[in-house]
Amino acid sequence: MNALILSALFGIILMLSSIVIKNKSLFKHIVAIELLVLLATAYAELRGNILFHVNVNNMLAFNHFNIYISVIIIASTLLFVLLCGKQIENVGLHVAEYFALLFFILCGSFMVVSFQNLLILFLGIEIISIPLYILTGSDKKNLKSNEASLKYFLMGAFSTGLMLMGIALMYGATGSFQLSVLQIGTLGGYSFVELAGMALLFVAMLFKVSAAPFHFWTPDVYDGAPTVFTSFMATIVKTTSLIAFIHLFENKFETLPPTWSLSISIIIILTLFIGNITAIFQQSVKRMLAYSSIAQAGFMLFPLLTNNVIAKEGIALYTVAYSIATIGIFAILMHMKDYTLEGFNGLAQKQPLLAAANTIFLLSLAGIPLTAGFFAKYYMLSSVIKTGQYLWLIIIAVFFAAVSVYYYFRVIQAMYFKQSIEGGLITTHISFRFKIGIFILALFILFIGVFPQAILYWIYF
Amino acid sequence: MIPILLIGAPLLTGIISFFINNATTAKRLALFSSIITLAIMLVDVFGLYTSDTFSAPWIPVLGATFTVSIDGMSKLLCLLTAVSFPIIFIATYKNEYKNASSFYAWMLLSQAGLMGVFVAADALLFYFFWELALIPAYFLCSQWGGEKRIQATFKFFIYTFAGSLLMLVGIIYLYTLTPDQSFSIQAFYNLKLSVAQQSWLFWLFFIAFAIKMPIFPFHTWQPDAYEQSPIAATMVLSGIMVKMGLFAVMRWLLPIFPQASHQYAHIIITLSIIGIIYASLIAIRQDDLKRLVAYSSIAHIGLMCAAIFAQNTMSIQGVMIQMFSHGINIIGLWIIVDAIECRTGTRKISQLGGLATKAPILTILLVIVALANIALPLTNAFVGEFLMFNGLFQYNIIAAAIAGLGIILAAVYMLSMIRNVFYGEESSAVVKAVDIHAFIKIALILIVLLILVFGVYAKPLLQMIQ
Repeated sequence: MNALILSALFGIILMLSSIVIKNKSLFKHIVAIELLVLLATAYAELRGNILFHVNVNNMLAFNHFNIYISVIIIASTLLFVLLCGKQIENVGLHVAEYFALLFFILCGSFMVVSFQNLLILFLGIEIISIPLYILTGSDKKNLKSNEASLKYFLMGAFSTGLMLMGIALMYGATGSFQLSVLQIGTLGGYSFVELAGMALLFVAMLFKVSAAPFHFWTPDVYDGAPTVFTSFMATIVKTTSLIAFIHLFENKFETLPPTWSLSISIIIILTLFIGNITAIFQQSVKRMLAYSSIAQAGFMLFPLLTNNVIAKEGIALYTVAYSIATIGIFAILMHMKDYTLEGFNGLAQKQPLLAAANTIFLLSLAGIPLTAGFFAKYYMLSSVIKTGQYLWLIIIAVFFAAVSVYYYFRVIQAMYFKQSIEGGLITTHISFRFKIGIFILALFILFIGVFPQAILYWIYF
Repeated sequence: MIPILLIGAPLLTGIISFFINNATTAKRLALFSSIITLAIMLVDVFGLYTSDTFSAPWIPVLGATFTVSIDGMSKLLCLLTAVSFPIIFIATYKNEYKNASSFYAWMLLSQAGLMGVFVAADALLFYFFWELALIPAYFLCSQWGGEKRIQATFKFFIYTFAGSLLMLVGIIYLYTLTPDQSFSIQAFYNLKLSVAQQSWLFWLFFIAFAIKMPIFPFHTWQPDAYEQSPIAATMVLSGIMVKMGLFAVMRWLLPIFPQASHQYAHIIITLSIIGIIYASLIAIRQDDLKRLVAYSSIAHIGLMCAAIFAQNTMSIQGVMIQMFSHGINIIGLWIIVDAIECRTGTRKISQLGGLATKAPILTILLVIVALANIALPLTNAFVGEFLMFNGLFQYNIIAAAIAGLGIILAAVYMLSMIRNVFYGEESSAVVKAVDIHAFIKIALILIVLLILVFGVYAKPLLQMIQ
């Protein structure tokens, strides 16, 4: 509750502050401080100190796990702002608004990770989506950015429509929006109307997390949006939507007809297939990361199917590992003159520290041991193996994990084993502080890769 | 404590080496570190100070512990690793590398990974080291290798990574079956697996190990990777890293899946024997020295794998001795190949000839190493191959007979290589060649000493693995 209310408040404050504060570079410091406050209050709530006692009529549930996820979200956003604050300033004129919109997205994220009521889910998703439409199109003079924004808006509006329709049908069948009521109703089997509603909701959520075959908007939107906001979309927004999705269908698939588990396994495989295979053919690293985010979502959908404790721990770990690594890679990408693979040629000679950090991030995404990504994948595989079923799914997933090495390593090859294009600068100016920050982040990835309990411990304590 | 030092010493110096600017300093540090590691190993081998196990909590939530221990089998392979690295560093002492400090850093890290694989007594830890050994190899080969290095090592990396992911699935599955949720090797040994479970888990592990060895249908990465790697990395790959697969089969596969290992033994032995004949025949046709040695290595590994699955005391003992001997011999061969290439500028057998008059010492040493590679009596390989054939003979006479062809074929390609490269008419490439310098001489003499000593008196090795 603390974080939810404060984030909305901070957003409004920031929006209004642009009237008073004219110095553009001041905002990122304000935002950093606000995020620190947010982090502190969220942590306080984790320890049981609730600042605002609001009666939410059980529409929201702030249990330990949900608050912990909120803490992770805030920490990732803080990282994002510290590393990319400068780039946000450079996007356009309305710096305060961009930051305010980020806070509104955070507010929506807290709602969707702790919803107990379908209306709150809907509200949260909308609060996330609308600022994102604006941020995607914030590079106003760029045609690609405009196109991406429009595409995103149309697709988003369409999936929201489906979602509303689904919610309405479910309400019609059960007479309630409460998740608990919907779950109790499962004992006597589902009526056709409820199943239809659930199917619509399912598809709408697949749209939001860009799982195949509902992923077509993702590459274009990620590619067109200003890179800073792509980074935010691909990490924080994506993982939040996934957690909401998993929460929505918690304990559902056991009671639903078996075709549902089959269809989710097929969707996982399709997502892994399309994400990984298409990523191989990308020449632009930014676009490659868009497809890689689809592929990673394939792994993050496992908890939907397995629904056990390992999956719950795993999704927390996966969120951390994936978000940090992706934020890191994007932060480095933003300093490159050229976003293609060739643009990375010879980075190791010019910027050894950045190249080393980038390598660690990429290894983590590929799931190589000693990095956080390994344990993330480990937990996901482990949760499926624990069920004792779906062996074929595991083998296919493992195969695609090996495929993913191919495109992540192409960046490493470019950085280390190829010569840079003659004479040209490959990077813009990089401050010493940025380098240190990136390097600490990389060390953190390695630390989690050796001691994953540093993240897992907080789920329970 | 010893296993910790064996992993820790190269790991620490490896990390330090990344931050050294001076190439000579890095080179000296690497040599120094490898000698220290050897000294630690010798302390253990001679029983001056034995403290063979170490255990500490690592990831309590998973039940994974940092447990390392040395038993007879791992002692032999740790010794091989400890002996090989100083020899490699000495032999390539004169080689110049761009970015030398990173090169030596990766070499040392790969040594740490290899040591870890051999001493790990916890499945997750084993998996970690298994990968830790692979990543340095990847960077070594693709940064300092030959022309087509990037594709070759990429293939190698993806191949082995896919294999190890399958193994990871197997490890997790076994882990969920253990009563107290533990990764310890003892808990895995105590599992009572049904035949059905064993029969598919067996393959998950076997494919990972087979790719690493490599066994016949999984071997395609190997000749390219050996050919394209810088010579020091090739020595590590072929001398020690392929032993990881064989070691893992004996350490993990046979004890955990006893029934499946018997059930599928004939398939694997057949594959291995196909590999022996196939690789030997291809080796005869090779014109490139590096590829010749690479294919000869596939043939030798095939024989070792077949002997493991014959599963009697004789053959297993033979494999262990042969793992050590083969490691030493093949490093010797690579040193010679590198020496030839440095002196003449080519590896093509067709362009070489009459080197013996120009480099007599090299020739003598080569002949000894080559004869050891054919497993002539009085060389170290003879003991191992004799035991392996004996064991294979007990398993199946026909298998032993066909595998025996491998020795004959080995003689064909080795001796014809010696004839073509060292004798006959002097070719234009050889005219300006000079004999080897002191560093290579020292390295090769050490190897020849090891070959002869263990060829005549193999008892210490046999005692070690009892």
